Amino acid sequence: MKVTIDNITIEVEPGTTILQAARKIGPEVAPPAMCYYEPLKASGGKCRACLVKVTAGSEKDPRPMPKLVPSCITQVQDGMIVENTVNEQVLETRKGIVEFLLLNHPLDCPICDQAGECHLQDFSFQHGVQQTRYEEERRTFEKQDLGPNIQLHMTRCILCYRCVFTADQITGKRVHGVLNRGDHAEISTYIEKAIDNDFSGNVIDVCPVGALTDKTYRFKNRVWFTKPVDAHCDCEKCSGKVTLWYRGDEVIRVTARKNQWGEVLDFICNTCRFERKNTADWTIEGPTKVARHSVISANKYGANKIVPEFARRLAASQYKDVHEGRDTSQLTIKQLPEERFKQLIPPAGESAVAGIRSIQNWAEDK
Amino acid sequence: MTSERPKILTDKTHIPGIETFDVYRKNGGYTAVEKALKTMTPDEVVEEVKKSGVRGRGGAGFPMGMKWSFLAKPEGVPRYLVCNGDESEPGTFKDHWLMKTIPHLLIEGMIVSSYALGANTSYIYVRGELMYVVRILEQAIAEAKAAGFLGKNILGSGYDLELYVQPGGGAYICGEETALLESLEGKRGNPRNKPPFPAVKGLYQCPTVVNNVESISTTSWIVNNGGDAYAAIGIGRSTGTKLISASGHLKKPGVYEIPLGLPVQEFIYSDEWCGGIRDGHHLKAVVAGGSSVPILPAAMLLKTANGEDRLMSYESLSDGGFATGTMMGSGGFIAMDETACIVKNTWNFSRFYHHESCGQCSPCREGTGWMEKVLHRIEHGHGSMHDIDLLVDVAKKIEGNTICPLGDAAAWPVASAIRHFRDEFEWHITHPQEATRPGGIYKGHMELV
Repeated sequence: MKVTIDNITIEVEPGTTILQAARKIGPEVAPPAMCYYEPLKASGGKCRACLVKVTAGSEKDPRPMPKLVPSCITQVQDGMIVENTVNEQVLETRKGIVEFLLLNHPLDCPICDQAGECHLQDFSFQHGVQQTRYEEERRTFEKQDLGPNIQLHMTRCILCYRCVFTADQITGKRVHGVLNRGDHAEISTYIEKAIDNDFSGNVIDVCPVGALTDKTYRFKNRVWFTKPVDAHCDCEKCSGKVTLWYRGDEVIRVTARKNQWGEVLDFICNTCRFERKNTADWTIEGPTKVARHSVISANKYGANKIVPEFARRLAASQYKDVHEGRDTSQLTIKQLPEERFKQLIPPAGESAVAGIRSIQNWAEDK
Repeated sequence: MTSERPKILTDKTHIPGIETFDVYRKNGGYTAVEKALKTMTPDEVVEEVKKSGVRGRGGAGFPMGMKWSFLAKPEGVPRYLVCNGDESEPGTFKDHWLMKTIPHLLIEGMIVSSYALGANTSYIYVRGELMYVVRILEQAIAEAKAAGFLGKNILGSGYDLELYVQPGGGAYICGEETALLESLEGKRGNPRNKPPFPAVKGLYQCPTVVNNVESISTTSWIVNNGGDAYAAIGIGRSTGTKLISASGHLKKPGVYEIPLGLPVQEFIYSDEWCGGIRDGHHLKAVVAGGSSVPILPAAMLLKTANGEDRLMSYESLSDGGFATGTMMGSGGFIAMDETACIVKNTWNFSRFYHHESCGQCSPCREGTGWMEKVLHRIEHGHGSMHDIDLLVDVAKKIEGNTICPLGDAAAWPVASAIRHFRDEFEWHITHPQEATRPGGIYKGHMELV
């Protein structure tokens, strides 16, 4: 089955959606997705960020589709021609979607825990406009604890329903849903019940914004100062494949591993996520390859090489490395000396030794 | 009322006690069930409905026979007919009236339609606020069942049908057919992404037809008199009659059954129908099909852009597109005289859509609230000139980008009010003190009729 997206033709299996086909081609043409989440059934179609123009429906029926279609849930037809980044109407609509999503979303990224790995931040940086036209008051909610480890701040929620699907599909008993309607709708647990389930922590990973946060990690550090490392353990509940986030020699957070599109590869259990925070608990595999482009990881991970358009925007916004052109000797910030870095992880059994070796290799590469 | 006018739905409604089975039966009720089940095959019933050209009366105006013919018929999978009685559009109250006045007409239509579609279980989904109508319908179903028109082996034909009434929770969004199906399944009433359409995967993932109360109620007449007889009424592709809920500054508001093709002028001013605008006042604007359709100034409503008389038909009302036309919609005819404030009215409609948006997709969830707040500001004398263009832009960004038509329904009234009454919006902004004073109303240039 052949489909052409932004003048690039690709062969895909029947049943593939436009978004999946575009992702196969690469991040240059892949539409943004704020609600669609491949591992979760029935997700998608809600945020309308991925709307694209179908200029020819199929080989058999080459009429264009009258409205923009959500690429995440529209299956490709043989000979379909799709316009994403080359269509003015699509880009204009996307600008509108950013504006809508940001209407009731607080613009306080500097104090938000999700900043740096926030999909909405990336989305608005890439497609948004600089100023808001919204003069009214934003809707706000009190922060709410969902059990001992998860905090919900509805004010930041964009109602993507990912956590609802996670609670529905990953955890056994559904205790998590949406109450009310319209812009006053809110994510909630039924009758104020705490989420009491071994896999409930995954709602944190699927949340595109800072609405659901890990209380064991919240405000401990900015994400771009932490070092992600792939690790695994023998867990009886889940696959045990995780990413550890280090600050110095301390594991300050454990998350599931994510792919290039920010989607969880294997959902992990709460024991791995909230309780195993010692290097000794893990077999270290090596530094995580962070391919996902984001405002903050752009320079750090060289993501500007992956998405040329993104690099152009960065250049236009005169983004500079914090140390560039500054006399850092006056500041107390110093680069971590290499010897110190090598001593990062204390030996704890063979697995840790292997881990140190890989981290050393990583340090030498740098 | 003159008697030459064809009456399809309202020919028996004046009879006292028509809500009971006995009176309805004595007056020729349930003959369509007898005719269909004893002398016709289901396909023949579908064929008659197709011939009649009757169009969906819920708002979209999609030909009913065509909708029926799209129904997938895989082996071993049940099919469902669902009647949409969740009428919640501001300005529309015909289904409510029809169901409470002559419940057996709907039930007879449900039996005939279910037979045509091969459905053995059918549902009537009624708006949650109308609990007393639910009880009327349940009573009527019990009577029909006792008389052998429902249940197993109806009239010895071997056809089984169970009919249930389900009250909704009182949400406007559940009038959207896929949201209705979700709600009927016991879930949150969020519209589904389409495709798949209900004709392929509807209620409980089985092929389903969802039809409006008025549409289904016409089927018994069509079976009795034939599709051709129905098609002979009306004009062009707008066949048959339509219930119009007339409200606003009219002398005689109410539910009227009109033959499609009736001139709008006649409908408003003739004593047979609405009897004109209340004394001493003139028509300023009309919302012709329920709150979702574009509002039109009086002059534009009575004459099309070509200078022809506008008729009450799907084609004539939408003549000229949205630039000079509107839509038939669900037939909620709201007339406003010169004392009506368009800004306040638009704000009121916007407030409704803000309240009723399900919150699933972002343009509608955020956009409806935004428009409402901006309109609230203008109405209360705190608007600025760029707010008008802002509203147009927001409406444009919602329209066509949402999962279901609620987004469009929220955007159209705002866009059309500004298109046709921009002066009035500007006056509200430039004269905030006059506009917010009690009884303060725009008195600038208006084309009154």
